[in-house]
Amino acid sequence: MAKNYQAGVKDYRETYWMPDYAPKDTDFLACFKVIPQEGVPREEAAAAVAAESSTGTWTTVWTDLLTDLDYYKGRAYAIEDVPGNDEAFYAFIAYPIDLFEEGSVVNILTSLVGNVFGFKAVRSLRLEDVRVPRAYVMTCGGPPHGIQVERDIMNKYGRPLLGCTIKPKLGLSAKNYGRAVYEVLRGGLDFSKDDENVNSQPFMRWKQRFDFVMEAVHKAQDETGERKGHYLNVTAPTPEEMYKRAEYAKELGAPIIMHDYLTGGFTANTGLANWCRDNGLLLHIHRAMHAVLDRNPNHGIHFRVLTKMLRLSGGDHLHSGTVVGKLEGDRDATLGWIDLMRDRYIKEDRTRGIMFDQDWGSLPGVFPVASGGIHVWHMPALVSIFGDDSILQFGGGTLGHPWGNAAGAAANRVSLEACVKARNEGRELEKEGKDILTEAAKHSPELKMAMETWKEIKFEFDTVDKLDVVHR
Amino acid sequence: MSDVQDYKSSLSDPGSRKFETFSYLPTMEAVEIRKQVEYILSQGWNPAIEHTEPENAFGYFWYMWKLPMFGETDIDRVLAEAAACHRAHPDNHVRLVGFDNYAQSKGAEMVIYRGTPV
Repeated sequence: MAKNYQAGVKDYRETYWMPDYAPKDTDFLACFKVIPQEGVPREEAAAAVAAESSTGTWTTVWTDLLTDLDYYKGRAYAIEDVPGNDEAFYAFIAYPIDLFEEGSVVNILTSLVGNVFGFKAVRSLRLEDVRVPRAYVMTCGGPPHGIQVERDIMNKYGRPLLGCTIKPKLGLSAKNYGRAVYEVLRGGLDFSKDDENVNSQPFMRWKQRFDFVMEAVHKAQDETGERKGHYLNVTAPTPEEMYKRAEYAKELGAPIIMHDYLTGGFTANTGLANWCRDNGLLLHIHRAMHAVLDRNPNHGIHFRVLTKMLRLSGGDHLHSGTVVGKLEGDRDATLGWIDLMRDRYIKEDRTRGIMFDQDWGSLPGVFPVASGGIHVWHMPALVSIFGDDSILQFGGGTLGHPWGNAAGAAANRVSLEACVKARNEGRELEKEGKDILTEAAKHSPELKMAMETWKEIKFEFDTVDKLDVVHR
Repeated sequence: MSDVQDYKSSLSDPGSRKFETFSYLPTMEAVEIRKQVEYILSQGWNPAIEHTEPENAFGYFWYMWKLPMFGETDIDRVLAEAAACHRAHPDNHVRLVGFDNYAQSKGAEMVIYRGTPV
């Protein structure tokens, strides 16, 4: 008999705390920020997290002895102080790859952020980062097309792409909505976008919206001679309904559709990404509900983890925050998850909150979308921060132009091109931004008007969820 | 409303047609084109020249002018090829391309001689 069966409760650390364990290349690695209940030692809390997110339950059961638990268990292999937070510590846990179904973000999250988050031994818990082993990455479909293919399809090179979310968010009729789309596209933007809560409400059912919007897209293409798209939101109450809308978008010749991956769920998102790959439609991903999960610095899931999950599940665009606009976003942390969207291999970099090396194998990159409260005065900073492989997404910054959407769009486009041209000429955008825009406005009354409407902005980078840094 | 300026653009006016990056800016002067060539070369990209009749500009494939200039580092030679293409096709759009073989994409693409709209 290899082991004796003894009923009862054991300390987790006897089984799950393995400080000598050297993680394998095929292991999933996770870094949790843990605040234990008072009196619970760090090793025990870390081991408890490892156990509850893998094989363990609160008591020994006889069926444990029917398998090789030492092979399947998660292992807490390191503990570190959290800079600037004496209560919390980082627990590093390794999981064998066989714990996860191939190609299933759903399965990853059900384990890593499942029951363990309500577990009594910890006061709060936050999943700061994960390392997905390359062997697992290669079982996932990932982005349906990726940055390079999207550039080829849309025929746009050497600059960021421009978009605009149609407002008001709710209440427009389909035909008036289509009008707003047509105006921003003929004025020079590449994309317009359904707001996330536009699905198929009584004031505007999806079918009419799709019909009118696609006439707007086609006419703007004929008029400007440039390729255009509108992110048709196919987020729906059921997968069947979602696919019905996606099929109709394809029938109308739409180049791109849209999904909300957190509220819609990963099962729906992964299925839709596969559908998009098969049908040649680009997929824009919105992230409603992310702040519920990622904003509290001590509890929840960090956005860099949600970013990695989306890159596995699939999407060609993902909202990233702007750094400069109206929404939350620490600059260094944002630059970190932008790299996680776009690059093939990202090295551990604690100054950006990146705890592990991440190898994306052959998964293509995702366009980060900077959206929320931005206008022409932000353009020099946006081009400098995000570079060419990004989508700069306006709303009020296009539609709020005193001469209307087309003029607003032209102002956005002229300011973007002026900044890209100046950058290529070796000028420093964040320093010379005002001069660059002022020169460009000499040839563009639309830009001049936009610059008078919105004031020059100041940059203040103060956020609720900051990177963990030493306060002492 | 008298302060509101009309946005002039229409299907019937061929002048409304744009041609992607930098087509919303004024035509570039020689010195400006030179800087863009310099940028492409400094990125390690392979410069190339393409052209098309303006009425066919929407298509993905324009006519290649000879072959991409792989490994070319001399700004003047790139400019000379662009000028030669323009002389041969004075009514066509002529664009400057920077092929980024690592990204397997075009790192830059811009029309530097604008054709006659029809």
